[in-house]
Formats: sequence, structure tokens, C-alpha cells
Amino acid sequence: MQYLLMLYADESGWTKMSKAEQEQGMAAYMAYTEALKQAGVWKGSNRLQPIATATTVRNGANGKAQVLDGPFADSKEQLGGYYLIEVPDMDAALSWASRCPAVGHGVVEVRPIWSR
Amino acid sequence: MNSEVRSNLAHATAEEVARRSYGKLVAFLAARTRDVAGAEDALSEAFASALADWPKNGCPANPEAWLLTVARRKTIDALRGRQRHERAAEELRTMDEGLAAAQDSSKIPDQRLALMFACAHPAIDAGVRAPLILQTVLGLDAKVIGSAFLISPAAMGKRLVRAKEKIREAGIPFVVPEREELPARLDAVLDAIYAAFSEGWTDPAGTDAARRDLTEESLFLARLVIELLPDNAEALGLLALMLYAESRRLARRSKEGEYIPLAEQDTGLWDSRTIAEAENILKRGSQLRSPGRYQLEAALQSAHTHRCRTGHWNWPEILQIYDALFELTGSPVVAINRALAVAEIDGAAAGLNILKKLGNDARLGEYQPYWAARAELLVRTNAREEAHQEYEIAIGLERDDAVRRFLQKRQSKLNA
Repeated sequence: MQYLLMLYADESGWTKMSKAEQEQGMAAYMAYTEALKQAGVWKGSNRLQPIATATTVRNGANGKAQVLDGPFADSKEQLGGYYLIEVPDMDAALSWASRCPAVGHGVVEVRPIWSR
Repeated sequence: MNSEVRSNLAHATAEEVARRSYGKLVAFLAARTRDVAGAEDALSEAFASALADWPKNGCPANPEAWLLTVARRKTIDALRGRQRHERAAEELRTMDEGLAAAQDSSKIPDQRLALMFACAHPAIDAGVRAPLILQTVLGLDAKVIGSAFLISPAAMGKRLVRAKEKIREAGIPFVVPEREELPARLDAVLDAIYAAFSEGWTDPAGTDAARRDLTEESLFLARLVIELLPDNAEALGLLALMLYAESRRLARRSKEGEYIPLAEQDTGLWDSRTIAEAENILKRGSQLRSPGRYQLEAALQSAHTHRCRTGHWNWPEILQIYDALFELTGSPVVAINRALAVAEIDGAAAGLNILKKLGNDARLGEYQPYWAARAELLVRTNAREEAHQEYEIAIGLERDDAVRRFLQKRQSKLNA
């Protein structure tokens, strides 16, 4: 089954880090990605730009699509990236999620992909 | 054989198979597809077919295998109906692998433990894990489960449906967890077994066959867990705890159906063999040196049993166990019983003081034993009027008729 691991964290944490800390953080994510690829479960992953760049499209009052500046939801933690993995079951997905560096400074939401 | 006899035999056989193998069949059908609801539906249709077919053609030699074959066919129909060919083929192939072996019912692999672990998975809402096990493994309906957990049948039904959907759609596996994860995961399974036992326990007279079976089924499930995980101290503790309770079954009610509290029970009616088994199992657990809630509760039962049988005054020992249990659980229910033990050692006023402080916990406001305990200690401190009022609250909160009458009798004694 395929699962999407959605990485949520407080963005401002990143900017408060020293350069060395940022490098260390990046290295952790690269190692994690490499481990997923080695295990043959990696299907895709990406890091997202900060929510300052987010734009939302929704149904406006006149029935036309309305474009708004800003993210869909304002929350303490923001979606900052994702991994798409293919593993046998939820336990395997949770096991990989628990190794994700994001768990150290945020949360990882695990969602099965609709498969039919 | 005339048709009426054949029909009765078919119904009796179907009931017997349902009682003996329902959970085993659901677990077998669902283990590969992870579709618990689909397995339940297919099996209930298979039972309906059996009740139509067996009276005419006679009962099959292996009813379990017959039911599995029909349930498989129903599953094919259901999958076709949903137009899911690719996945359907895969699900059927995996089901067939086991089905061939299952022609001999003794060879149907027992996957109930794996099913229980799926139901008690951390990705499943904690509040619905026990009800889910009761339904999938024991075949209880949402009405019975709802009443045991004080939730409306409709709401319980919805929660069960949602949980089964999550097992299927999120790909929760039917496996026994690895050793390092086992203790935490097993707690949820043990809690559910104990909840099932307690549900059976609320019918002490054993007049309701479904409920009586529930205590037997829970004892069976606890033994099954121990068979598969022989070195788990808490599983042993749970079985010991349930056996202590079971040993007193006959003494808990008078011939007239009146409730008899532990201290006033005829210990001659206690089942010595069951008590001896409980003692042995508890000892086996304690030798593993991994204490936990169920072992402590079983140790309490052991101490109370010893006290009532011998008249030996061992309240300090009992209080010690309550202290340990309270430290572990922080449960207000444990705190009430602890207060009663304190009352035995330091006097009713001391126990009453503790109970009054516990009153700040909103959860106890509607908990009958809390008010009954207060009333009991108020009687001992001669505060009759207050005791009368608190009995009134306890009576109003009780659901069991026999216990209600017992409390009413205690209350009316105050006026004498």
C-alpha cells in the first residue's frame, strides 16, 4: 500500500536555527531519504516553500473561483513537506514515520493513498 | 428423520458452530483481506444459507468448512458487485491459500489473537478497541456492547463501523506485534478481555446464556493469550483475577437472588479448585518479576480470599497492595477501596475523611460504589441521617436489581 507522510512543523523554528544547525537538519533529512530509497519503499518526496508563498483557491460568493493570498488553515504547525512511500501495511508506515526527522521538531501525519 | 427434527438439529448445529467458531471464522476470513465488516457480512449470509440448506440436505460433516466455502462465494459476489476486479482477484487468491487447508476444521488456523491486535491497534481510537474485539471475536451485537459501555446502540454501531473501515482502508495488519512493542499493545487486548468478562459478570445468576458464555469466552481468550505468550506476566495476572471472581460465582447471590457482599459470603460455596488454579497462575506471573495492574488486582483478590476463608486479619497487607495499585493507575475507584481498607485499620472516621476528599473528582458523582462506601462508613460513625441520604443516592444510581434491594435493606436498617 502507498502512504503519504505529511510533515508538519513550526516554520519559524527553521529560521531561528544557526547555519550549522540547519546543515545538520538537512543532513538528517537526506539520510532519511536515502534510507527509504535503500529499503525500496521511497516513491517520492518534496520540501515545500514557506506558507508565506501559499495561495488558496476556493469557491467565491458569486460561484466563481476566488483566489486568496495565504494558506488554507492558520495553525501553529505548517505542512512543510511530504514523503510518498510504498510498504505492506500501516505498521510498516508508522515505523518509517517514527524515524522521520520531523518527529523531532513537529508531527508526521500518516495517510493511506486511495487505491482504486 | 422427519423435517421438524432435521430443522431443530440444523438450528442447534448452527448455534453450536456460531458459539464455538464465530471469532475463528471471522478472523480467518478477514486476516488476509483486512475487511472485517465484509467478513462478518459474508459469514452471516453463510449462516443464513446454512439454516436454509441444512434442514433439507442434512448437516455437513464439517460445518466450519461448509460455512467458509459459502462465505467465500458471498465475498466473490460482493467484490464483483463493487467492481473491484484487480483487488478482488488478489483477495480471493490469498483467501484460497488458507481455504484448502481449512477443509478439516481442526486445521483452520486460529488467528483470533492477530485479529485482537488489529482491533487494539494504536491507530484505532482507544475507546472503541474493547467493543471492537467483543464484536469481531465474540460476535456480540452493538446493542449488547453499547449497554455494557453505557453508549447508545446507534452510536456504538457507528463507532464500530468507522473502526472497521479504518482497519481496511488504512491497512492495519493482522499480526502479533514484535517483542519490543508487545507489552503496550497487549494492554489494550487484556483490557478488552476484562471488559468482556465484566459484561458477563453482571449476570451472576447465569440466567442469560449469552452473558454466561461471555465469562467463559473471556476466560478462553485469556488462556489463548497465555498459550501464545506464555511469558507475559500481566496476561497471567488477568487470568488469575478472573478466576478468583469466577470461583465465587455461586456465593455472590442467595437462593432468592439477593446480593451478598464478599465479607458475608459462605466461603464453603467458593470453588476451591478454581481458587487453587488462580493462586498457581498468579505465582507463575510473579516469578516473571514484571508487576502490573492485573497482577496487583489478582493479589488483592488472593488476600481477600485468604482473609475471608481464615478470618486472618491482613488489612495492612491489603492496604499495601491498594497503595501500589493506586500509584500505578491513579484510579478513583481504587482510591475508594483503599479508603475502605484504611477504615478497617485506622477507624471509620479516617476512611470517611479520605472519601470526602475524593468527592472533588467529578467522575465519582455518579458512581454508585462511592456513595455506598460513604454511607457504610457514616453508619459506623453513627451519622445515621447522613447515611440515609447517601444510601438514597447510591440506590438511585444502581442498575442491578439485586444490588439495589441490598442497598435498600441496609438503608431501612437505619430506622430500626
